[in-house]
Amino acid sequence: MEATVVKTDIEGKTWEGGNKPLTVSYGKMMMWFFIVSDALTFSGFLAAYGFSRFKFVDSWPIADEVFTHFPFLHGVDAPMYYVAFMTFILIFSSVTMVLAVDAGHHMKKNKVIIYLFLTIIGGAIFVGSQAWEWSTFIRGEYGAVETKGGKILQFIDTDGHRVALKDIAHSSSQRDAHESSTGLWYTTDDKRLTTYTIDDIKEGFAHKPNVLIRTQYLDEKGKPIILSREASLEKLNKDGVGIVEGANLKHNEYGTPLFADFFFFITGFHGFHVFSGVLINIIVFFNVIIGTYERRGHYEMVEKVGLYWHFVDLVWVFVFTVFYLV
Amino acid sequence: MAKEHKLAIFRGRLEFKSNIQKIWGIFAFLSLVTIVEVFLGIVKPEFLVVNTFLSLKILNWIFILLTIVKAYYITWDFMHMRDETKTLRRVVVWTGIFLICYLVFIVLIEGNYIFDVYKTGHIKFDF
Repeated sequence: MEATVVKTDIEGKTWEGGNKPLTVSYGKMMMWFFIVSDALTFSGFLAAYGFSRFKFVDSWPIADEVFTHFPFLHGVDAPMYYVAFMTFILIFSSVTMVLAVDAGHHMKKNKVIIYLFLTIIGGAIFVGSQAWEWSTFIRGEYGAVETKGGKILQFIDTDGHRVALKDIAHSSSQRDAHESSTGLWYTTDDKRLTTYTIDDIKEGFAHKPNVLIRTQYLDEKGKPIILSREASLEKLNKDGVGIVEGANLKHNEYGTPLFADFFFFITGFHGFHVFSGVLINIIVFFNVIIGTYERRGHYEMVEKVGLYWHFVDLVWVFVFTVFYLV
Repeated sequence: MAKEHKLAIFRGRLEFKSNIQKIWGIFAFLSLVTIVEVFLGIVKPEFLVVNTFLSLKILNWIFILLTIVKAYYITWDFMHMRDETKTLRRVVVWTGIFLICYLVFIVLIEGNYIFDVYKTGHIKFDF
């Protein structure tokens, strides 16, 4: 059946699809196009963040007052050091990835294995760090009072140090949380009860003459506006309606809930990319070990997953700037 | 697959001897830029915060500029965009840059407009 073999004879003919103007393989080109579309998705999210921030530009939380923690250093004010560390981890895992690609070009299987392994470790450290960052953010630190209008009132002493709710309230009059073990009727506690009630805070605040209220509005230098003692008392008693501890999608002790929403959504979406990148890296890693690419004659698959991995690093560079620096 | 790597960066002012050496050089450069960013973010020099250009703080312009510099070197050297053909480079980069600039331009101006409505108008929250 030799007749079925058709020789198309298109080599080198421009208008019959014979030449490759991009001189790049199909797989790599499609990875590039995927990256373009994914970059547009991410920039859509980041632009939406910018939109909301410009909308509330005079009351947006200041990132280095929100992210001030470092693991094992309790009570130490360490703005941004941890995210800087995370950035280095990701850049470094990019370096090991590109070293793996380079080793693949020279068909050095063992070097590819080592560098891919280091890349996977770096990615895992990054995802773990992000989990820690989330849990710290969700737990919160000082707590705040929420006003009728949904704004946040934080406490600060006359020396400029933040004051936690537990240092203001004398005692807690919060009722016990209802648990399903005590009966299934009236299970209306759909959210965690706060440690203190608003009345505890109001009462305690009246007895703390050196504590003031800091609003979430910023002055022209970008510092939050601090109320006088009289204005603080009036503001708290007139507008304070609830307590916020930590951050979730509805309440955020650091400022507007939108900040928390975008933080969870964008870093979560990026973290999901890192996570899937680690999974793909692991698959390629085992394929390298069993010699799939050695038999295929080239390590292009490492290059393709490398492109994806560098893209994840690239996105983080922007997320880092938009969330933590600007 | 591009086998030959272009080893010169900074418009040919710095040429590396091998691809591996170039990778480490880029890493050093990216680290340096990150350190500068974090340093500026913690110190926040007064004159960079007070002065603005196009109603954005000079400090924020510096951050955005340094970020784009970092993005350039990640794409060009880690993703080997430097070694690809000019056409592929333009297909990927220009498309992205054009659409992102367009989106950011529109969306930020709209956000600023809504801020002004809140600030000066009588509509307080339901907008």
